[in-house]
Amino acid sequence: MKTAVIVFPGSNCDQDMYYAIKDGLGEEVEYVWHAETSLDGFDAVMIPGGFSYGDYLRSGAIARFAGIMPAVIEAAKAGKPVLGVCNGFQILLEAGLLPGAMLKNKHLKFICETVHLKTENNETLFTSLYKKDEIIRIPIAHGEGNYYCDDETLQGLRDNHQIVFTYDGENPNGSRADIAGIINKAGNVLGMMPHPERAADALLGSDDGLRLFQSILNHWRESAHAAYTS
Amino acid sequence: MPLTHLEPSPEQIEQEKIYRTMGLTEDEYVEVKRLLGRKPNYTETGLFSVMWSEHCSYKTSKPLLKQFPTSGKRVLQGPGEGAGIIDIGDGQAVVFKIESHNHPSAIEPYQGAATGVGGIIRDVFSMGARPVALLDSLRFGDLNNSRVRYVFEEVVSGIAGYGNCIGIPTVGGELQFDDCYNGNPLVNAMCVGIMNHEDIQVGQARGIGNTVMYVGASTGRDGINGATFASEEISDKSDEKRSAVQVGDPFMEKLLVEACLELTKHEALVGIQDMGAAGLVSSASEMAAKAGVGIHMNLDLIPQRETEMTPYEMMLSESQERMLIVIKKGSEEEIKAIFARWGLHAVAVGEVIEEEVLRLEHKGQIVAEVPSDALASAPVRHMPSKVPAEYTDNQAAPVWIPVIEDYAGTIKKLLVQPTLASKDWVTRQYDYMVQTNTVVAPGSDAAVVRVRGTKKGLAMTTDCNAKYLALDPLVGGKIAVAEAARNIVCSGAVPLGITDCLNFGTPENPEVFWEMEESVKGMAEACKVLETPVISGNVSLYNETDHEAIDPTPVVGMVGLVEDLDRVATVSFKNEGDAVYVVGQAAPEFGGSALQIMFEGKASGKPPVLNLELEKKRQSQVLAAIQSGLVSSAHDISEGGLAAAIADAVFGTSLGADLHFTTDPAVELFSETQSRYLISVPEASMKAFESAVDGAVLVGRVTRNDKITLEFASDTVTLDRPELEKDWRGVLSCIMSAKN
Amino acid sequence: MKKVKVFITLKESVLDPQGQAVMQSLHNMDYQNVKDVRIGKYIELEMEDSADVAEQVDAICDKLLANTVIENYRYEIEEEVHS
Repeated sequence: MKTAVIVFPGSNCDQDMYYAIKDGLGEEVEYVWHAETSLDGFDAVMIPGGFSYGDYLRSGAIARFAGIMPAVIEAAKAGKPVLGVCNGFQILLEAGLLPGAMLKNKHLKFICETVHLKTENNETLFTSLYKKDEIIRIPIAHGEGNYYCDDETLQGLRDNHQIVFTYDGENPNGSRADIAGIINKAGNVLGMMPHPERAADALLGSDDGLRLFQSILNHWRESAHAAYTS
Repeated sequence: MPLTHLEPSPEQIEQEKIYRTMGLTEDEYVEVKRLLGRKPNYTETGLFSVMWSEHCSYKTSKPLLKQFPTSGKRVLQGPGEGAGIIDIGDGQAVVFKIESHNHPSAIEPYQGAATGVGGIIRDVFSMGARPVALLDSLRFGDLNNSRVRYVFEEVVSGIAGYGNCIGIPTVGGELQFDDCYNGNPLVNAMCVGIMNHEDIQVGQARGIGNTVMYVGASTGRDGINGATFASEEISDKSDEKRSAVQVGDPFMEKLLVEACLELTKHEALVGIQDMGAAGLVSSASEMAAKAGVGIHMNLDLIPQRETEMTPYEMMLSESQERMLIVIKKGSEEEIKAIFARWGLHAVAVGEVIEEEVLRLEHKGQIVAEVPSDALASAPVRHMPSKVPAEYTDNQAAPVWIPVIEDYAGTIKKLLVQPTLASKDWVTRQYDYMVQTNTVVAPGSDAAVVRVRGTKKGLAMTTDCNAKYLALDPLVGGKIAVAEAARNIVCSGAVPLGITDCLNFGTPENPEVFWEMEESVKGMAEACKVLETPVISGNVSLYNETDHEAIDPTPVVGMVGLVEDLDRVATVSFKNEGDAVYVVGQAAPEFGGSALQIMFEGKASGKPPVLNLELEKKRQSQVLAAIQSGLVSSAHDISEGGLAAAIADAVFGTSLGADLHFTTDPAVELFSETQSRYLISVPEASMKAFESAVDGAVLVGRVTRNDKITLEFASDTVTLDRPELEKDWRGVLSCIMSAKN
Repeated sequence: MKKVKVFITLKESVLDPQGQAVMQSLHNMDYQNVKDVRIGKYIELEMEDSADVAEQVDAICDKLLANTVIENYRYEIEEEVHS
């Protein structure tokens, strides 16, 4: 599996994502500069956290117009796994690949800590290695992770099982329905505020995030196998 | 038109003594005239006033700083460059420095703190290193004061805003509260970087004919005269000097880091230096002076954010996120391409010349010409010193012994003193995990950051107990270094060296100068014995408000090397049944202790005694025990004594402690006798541990319950961990959310 | 030249934590008569004259300056007088 990690000016979790895939997962990974226009040859796309373009104006607002974004949207439409973490989630929202928007945290402060997440949906290509309702420990680090959507959108997310992760215990940022991560209807674009790439090495406190990447790999192997045998 | 025609003439500057309002003394002005062989014009007077300020020249502290040991077998670069460098093996090196941003933070706390972080990061990557960690040593006044709360909240936000955005983890530091910082907070930021030996850069303008380039953000009028401002005490008038505070742009700096690290791999780079305090003038003159050459600069080419800027304003501007580089002539286009990829300016603004002068051209005229080294050679000032009466009184004071009836109540009260309370409210605002190398997060004795791709780690801490220094700066100075080293050792690392940030009051006050002399002497002695050379540092004087000086606060930033990340120790107890040892016997030493401050409201008497030979021996024994894998947890016993150390060891765990003592409870629990440790050891390693560490006394066991039981001959103290922890964790968030 | 003043505010239905914090602070300062605070953004654009300036500003706001999931915008177009 060959994974692209998109690098915007101001991305700062790009290397963390790169190493989680290279060292944690042991798979091929490359940085792709925001000004590139193609993602041909990549099997999965990661949009890492950080402060793209300084998060000036609104988190993710400017990144959405970067040269690489049409290729990201194309990859999403083609059914390739696309994961946006933290600022990457914000970019996916701004780009309209996922519904809703981000507000400042309820307490207005940046918050960095390891939180407990509940796996609401383990039937996605990102979460197949978790158990349904499994509680996992994943770090968060954000100032604008207060997910917002209107009632209708929320109902849609619930009806389609698009809520993948929720905060278990105290909601750290005030997000609607304790949402920590959502997936698109097609099931191949996941946006989440917590950082699975920061939980990919037991030395640093938790490797609960590694199974998310392993799930993607399993999915890729299965679909590659299916393509080969069909 | 620039407003240069409104500037006073050289004659006016002399006759109307304008140089004095710019910060030069009579003697210094005379010296400037001698060096130039004529009267300086307005721009030149500005250059000298800023370069000869204490902040840039260390003219007052220089004679003292000579006492510091600055070399050692691992030291690759001592003081004098952007930051010091120490070898960590495998062709790698660690780079670090600490710097103050006290005065800007007092006036505009968010931006003051943010730009302090930005500045120290530039010092580190200008050496060719990738910044891997930040630490912040912070001191504020009484939290009952609303201005203090405002400053505290904004400083923390400013550090978070800058560090989080740029993606460098803020992994540690200190936070203390004391009335002496009411009007003058201390904001000291430290940055640690990692590099390969072959990438080491210097801030030198070598090679006649080479090109001087300006890279990064444009120049505006912000921060003009910031360096002279930092060298004056704060008064009501400081609010009027708001233009002296700069605004930081961490996004710009993130781009600058990446572009400059790419640049350091390019063979055309000759020298690189941050435009920090005193902006263009300091970077240009220092790069020229260090290489024994001159620089000719055309100011019309400087990227400007505002219109009609004068040479004076351009040279003294402290706009952030700018660097000056010298490159081989002819490679300008390649260098521009590197910066263009990151969307940054890189503009050729001058060249290296043989004649040893800094020559500035503006609108076709030479507007300043001064010898390169003149700006870097401020006349050293030898200040008179005098033993303060308070010191003499404290030395003669009878030993203070607390009278305690309710031990449990005293411990509870002690742990909710803001200085000892949990720092979670602050640290969770900092991204301490980005870069995914943080092995030991904030809250232990030292933070530990992995060196990616190796088994090695870097342990880092900042330390200074100013109360000890207020009582006896010589002893307090020694303790600051020793305690930092103890923190490093407790994490399982070998102390490598220190950077220091010497925060004091006004040196013209002989009593303050005496404090400086004694502190530095004590620190230097400890550095020699503990083999931790000083590789970089910063001096911040004039920390006074309305003639009230702060306690002497020379902050020590120390870095250590963990050889094997599998053998890292933290303060927390790990396993039920582990044996608990206290290393070192407590004496009735309460001068400057947290208990004395709580009971008496102020420090008095003598600080704890420090025996440096014993300190060194014990450090090496404890370190060896940790490195051999004999230890489950290790914590030094410092502020708040053993009582605070035990609390730290059980908080955040589901464990308790059952401990028995034959000693006096007040002394055992609250004395701050030096060179002591609280260590837990697995049953199987007890024998080996006891023979490895002299003076280790077995006091009990780690239990799996919520109780802390401390049994003495006279009393048994029982505490409920969850209750104690809840109060301890809630202190700062409670204070900060309740009062607006 | 035209000067365009764009005002961006959170929609009524969206909680504004910054505004709430400021209101709380004003109440603590005894301005009890302050009943609500909403914080927004103010952006100035300088644009060359053209027939469809308003149309362009709408597009600019929809695409970039505002996130219409949570924000509303309005703007004023003024003649820019150069000295």
